[in-house]
Amino acid sequence: MSAMAAATEPAGDLLVATGCTKRFGGLVAVQNIDFTIPRGSIVSLIGPNGAGKTTFFNMITGLYVPTEGKITFDGVDITGDKPHEVVRVGIARTFQNIRLFGNMSAEDNVLVGLHHRLKGRWFGAILKPPSIIREEEEAQARAQELLDLVGLGRRRETLARNLPYGDQRRLEIARALATEPKLLLLDEPTAGMNPEETRRLTDFVRELRTRLGLTVLLIEHDMKVVMGISDRVTVLDHGEKIAEGSPAEVRADARVVEAYLGRGATSEG
Amino acid sequence: MTEVVQAPHRSIRNPLAGMDDRRRQMVILAIVVVLALVYPLIYRPLSNAIPAVPWPGTAVLVVCATFAILALGLNIVMGFAGLLDLGYVAFYAIGAYTTAFLASSHFGVHISWWIVLWIAVAAAAIFGVMLGAPTLKLRGDYLAIVTLGFGEIVRLVFRNLGDITIALPAILGGAVLVGPNANLTGGNVGINPIDPPIIPIPGPWGASIVFSNQNVIASWYLVLALLAITFFICRRLRDSKLGRAWMAIREDETAAAAMGINTVTTKLLAFSLGASFSGFAGAFTGAYNTAIFAETFSYNVSILVVIIIILGGIGSLRGVVIGAFALLYVDRTLLPWLGDNIVNAPMHDLGVSTGQQILADFKLTTYNYLIFGIVLVIMMIRRPEGLFPDASAKAEMHGVGIAAEVTGAGDVELAELAELETVTLDDPEPLPEAEPPPDAEPPMSELPPGSASPPPPSSAGPGTQA
Repeated sequence: MSAMAAATEPAGDLLVATGCTKRFGGLVAVQNIDFTIPRGSIVSLIGPNGAGKTTFFNMITGLYVPTEGKITFDGVDITGDKPHEVVRVGIARTFQNIRLFGNMSAEDNVLVGLHHRLKGRWFGAILKPPSIIREEEEAQARAQELLDLVGLGRRRETLARNLPYGDQRRLEIARALATEPKLLLLDEPTAGMNPEETRRLTDFVRELRTRLGLTVLLIEHDMKVVMGISDRVTVLDHGEKIAEGSPAEVRADARVVEAYLGRGATSEG
Repeated sequence: MTEVVQAPHRSIRNPLAGMDDRRRQMVILAIVVVLALVYPLIYRPLSNAIPAVPWPGTAVLVVCATFAILALGLNIVMGFAGLLDLGYVAFYAIGAYTTAFLASSHFGVHISWWIVLWIAVAAAAIFGVMLGAPTLKLRGDYLAIVTLGFGEIVRLVFRNLGDITIALPAILGGAVLVGPNANLTGGNVGINPIDPPIIPIPGPWGASIVFSNQNVIASWYLVLALLAITFFICRRLRDSKLGRAWMAIREDETAAAAMGINTVTTKLLAFSLGASFSGFAGAFTGAYNTAIFAETFSYNVSILVVIIIILGGIGSLRGVVIGAFALLYVDRTLLPWLGDNIVNAPMHDLGVSTGQQILADFKLTTYNYLIFGIVLVIMMIRRPEGLFPDASAKAEMHGVGIAAEVTGAGDVELAELAELETVTLDDPEPLPEAEPPPDAEPPMSELPPGSASPPPPSSAGPGTQA
């Protein structure tokens, strides 16, 4: 936390969620959550399995429409926007279980991320005027940059499904970065990684923040990662927010300890 | 580390192999084009010189090319966007009927076929959107069923609108709005004759080239041109931003949307652009045969096109075209030839001697779909990616090795690849109590060590916490 706090610019909140609730029939997955992400910060969302973290993610990214509540991003109301519209205002995400386009090359995966930045239409694709050719060349150059950034510069032609696990995680981040987001949502980015890979990824996320000025929201189970990287931590349990604050504050919170210990033996794993 | 080894490896294998490939493809393409252009002219002498071979007649090639256009169109919907469409024949019918309505004596409208062609394309595209819009949320089997129904509805509408009366109910005056017994579509009899495409030849003779089944050779060049246009457009679309978006939707629709792709418009574009090519095929077929019948556009045609795509290699343009020619050649030339020359007579004799009527009446051609079905089943088992698949499809079906070769990942050092894969395979899960990374903060003091370390799904951490 210590060094990170200095990097955080007090420039207001990038994302504000107020009173967000999601019900699936009788099941309340997320209950009345108020949540803010300060601009330029790294915020973590933690909680036992089934606490509603991913549901909350999905509400921000438009996969679910909140039953109640409002989400504003950069001053714009994005409640109920479609996923592709949410991407356009500047939110990109990765998925808990990697969802790459497996039978497309690494480069094509990143190019799909660039999709909404390209102006070409279908008749442009057929007629291929110089503007489209140039746009396509620029997109390919940009894709190469992004692949280099995540260390996959030499895997351009490899099919995503044939990449090693860690590389797939990194390719997913490159694809998300291609959409030029202001806010990057990472859903358990270190899941299934060994300690060395985890450390490298954590460093990488920090670097993204400093180099690209990104704001990051993280769902993470690895407490070492959460405590090491986050400016703020929000704890969900049973769909409700039970604690919020600096890593140190959250660590000391009695309800958090109880949530983890009380449920750990029965539901986690 | 192995720069010395790598450099020659790269220069020998990749650029040269790539260049050879491209040159080889160009040579093959040139040969195919020349053969296609020359074949109708040498067909007669060829079949006289070597009568033992069942050479396809030019008329058969025309049908082959028509189905190649249909298959390329459906390939956009099924191969690129991954939407299973079993009612593709509907757009073929719409293209053909549009042509019949606008270029025949049926309504007394005689627009030049060269204009009608584009109207037919537009009509098919519009109906593509009309089918696509309500089915956007459907996937896989459900979409297949709806499209199948759509195909049948269109055929029945064309068949039944040959004799229709639409009147207001008696309470509202009973005024007849359409009819009585209006003939909109020709019903079972169809529409006949349809104006064929004509190119007038300038000069004192008043001659012209008519592209109908009376002039098969000219028609072959016309349909070949249509096929070339279709192929070209399909290739451009595949290699474009839109093509990538289609494939992304095919791979993972949710992820595609999360990357900023508007899945609604992208899928509708697949439906309408895919359908528009069947407008090509329909307009050509109607005018070429100078007649259409509703029963031509049966469910079998949709299935045949699907078989072509799967047989040729779904998503592969080259494969789909070869598939169309191969399958239609078998259907129209090879099976009749095999039947007449080899199979039918002995089966007939066998049937007569054993008193089995079904054998006595045996005609190999009536078993074409049985044979295609068997071939399809064998293909699914032995070569699911099709005869001439894309690189990626081949990789999908056969795993890592081929993919690395085909996609030219040769510049990645194999040693490095192996190393990385060993790491991930040997160590798929983080070790719960591994040494902390050098610069990481100490684990949370208040929580037990078990929860401070990563709790992967199958780790023993939670159990030890209790």
